[in-house]
Amino acid sequence: MMDHLPILPILVSLIGGLLLLLPPFAGIERYVNRRAAALFLCLLQIAVAIALMAKIIDAGPIMYAVGNWQAPFGIILYADSLAALLVLLTGFLGLASTLYSFAGTDREGHYFHPIMQFQLMGITGAFLTHDLFNLFVFFEVLLIASYVLLVHGGGKQRTQANVHYVILNLVGSAIFLIALGTLYGTTGTLNIADMSLKISTLSGGEQVLAKVGGMMLMVVFGLKAAMLPLHFWLPNTYSAASAPVAALFAIMTKVGIYSIFRVFTVIFGEGAGALSNMVLPWVWPLAILTVIAGTIGVLASPNLRNIAANTVLISVGTLLMAFSIRSPEASGAAFYYALHSTLISAVLFMLADMIGQQRGKAFDRFVIAKKVTQPTLLGALFFVAAMVVVGLPPFSGFIGKVVVLQSAATGLDKALVWSTVLISTLLTIIVLARAGTTLFWRHAGESANSEDESASVWQVVGVVLLLVASPMMAIFAAPITEYTAMAAAQLHDVRLPVSVLQLQGGQ
Amino acid sequence: MELLYSLCVGVMTFSGVFLCLRGRTFPVVLGLMMLGYAVNLFLFSTGRLSLGGAAILGESETYADPLPQALVLTAIVIGFAMTAYAVILSMRARADLGNDFVDGKEPPGRPKQSVSRWSSKQ
Repeated sequence: MMDHLPILPILVSLIGGLLLLLPPFAGIERYVNRRAAALFLCLLQIAVAIALMAKIIDAGPIMYAVGNWQAPFGIILYADSLAALLVLLTGFLGLASTLYSFAGTDREGHYFHPIMQFQLMGITGAFLTHDLFNLFVFFEVLLIASYVLLVHGGGKQRTQANVHYVILNLVGSAIFLIALGTLYGTTGTLNIADMSLKISTLSGGEQVLAKVGGMMLMVVFGLKAAMLPLHFWLPNTYSAASAPVAALFAIMTKVGIYSIFRVFTVIFGEGAGALSNMVLPWVWPLAILTVIAGTIGVLASPNLRNIAANTVLISVGTLLMAFSIRSPEASGAAFYYALHSTLISAVLFMLADMIGQQRGKAFDRFVIAKKVTQPTLLGALFFVAAMVVVGLPPFSGFIGKVVVLQSAATGLDKALVWSTVLISTLLTIIVLARAGTTLFWRHAGESANSEDESASVWQVVGVVLLLVASPMMAIFAAPITEYTAMAAAQLHDVRLPVSVLQLQGGQ
Repeated sequence: MELLYSLCVGVMTFSGVFLCLRGRTFPVVLGLMMLGYAVNLFLFSTGRLSLGGAAILGESETYADPLPQALVLTAIVIGFAMTAYAVILSMRARADLGNDFVDGKEPPGRPKQSVSRWSSKQ
């Protein structure tokens, strides 16, 4: 059983999701069974992720040859510290979203929990795989699940957002395949570690082709990660989705970021000869512009969900900045920041929904509306969430931003990173202060006390679970940053996967 | 053969991109299918083009790379499912939004068509 640990996170969601479609759990009236099973699956997923992490801390990165076809011919799953960390994060976020959905979102359709499991399967698979084509397949799995989750519950706005989202991602998939074809045609392999060996031996025309393929991969990952010119889909899509779905989507941009880190460190990193770090001249300015675009988006947001969506953009830009610095320290800082920003974006989407459902027709728009029913509870949660998101001590946002700022060591890098991040933080503080004032203090008359409007226990549990993680991440910052530093070191050691996979030419 | 093949892929990609940029969902779905076909052909050619080569060793003089064939098969299956979803979604959008434009609304400055071919009122 322990030998199969790297594939277990995928299998739990796959088999679990399929079982949820079968009689004991299917049907309108059996939603209680479905909820219990979904909760159990999420907890199991977290347990498996922790076991995987413990094993990797113990014995270093492990590989799993699917069907026992050895590298570079078979499909290889490769679990290192970074992959295990992100799988754990996915499981945790999945648990919180599932808990939150128990408040009623999951009863708007019959297939919410199975689709949620398939979504988790796609995300964990994308983190674990070490084969580019398999990465494409897991991207498609997570995308088709997200298409369905996005329209879950129905409504004009969701259908319209989904049309854009689906078409854009289908075109993205086509570009992904062309990029894979080009890379396979030139290097003759799809295994990431094997390709990192082959890429430096290319010359002449093949090198140009490989460069084109790599650049196209960057476009695709940039689209998933919502990097600047490819980010226009994000605010619309995320604010149209129902709250638990949007919360889970917070990790989807991180899948793109993860792929950028993996592919452009291992394949097109230091060891790629003439092609090493070829995307940097593009990513570096685009990262800064993404933060600026996100900040302008936050300033212009007419409602809280849009603010949440635009903070996702800011975090994407910050992560890409850390990527562009290209040092293990910066990558380690980025992974800590990625944990923090995923959790807090999810909280913001959930809070927007909770606040919105108590404000009548105005929902979460910044207009004068009726008073919220539970100002103390929601106000406190919003206050803490706002502090975390802008990065005030004593929460994880502060440490996250400090580590990213510290990693920008030299001259111009430092000036650009510091000024962009700090100005964007200041503007976010102002916007969130204004948002809180409008949502909680500017109201017309007293609210009518009706029982069904108050936040359900499940919603509070989901939000508090995610929100408590933030001070926890601050308290245990030392072990966590140590772990992310180790993950970054493993990622930047390009020779490591080659030796773990026992490839020829690795010595 | 290479020239013909690459011309085919190029023309299909061109048509696919052109159709994807149209304003209504039906041409866009067709465009996505065209793009999918072009991509599948392109993937197939990454194992180099050869005539009379079997994908199994020892069956013929030369042998073809079997991996692109497996990749194309996977891509076809995924592309088929995605197209099915896109078709259903476009029909749903037509019903929900009352028109078949990708943006969900008639472009401004366009003369209103009283009876559209896709109208359900016929």
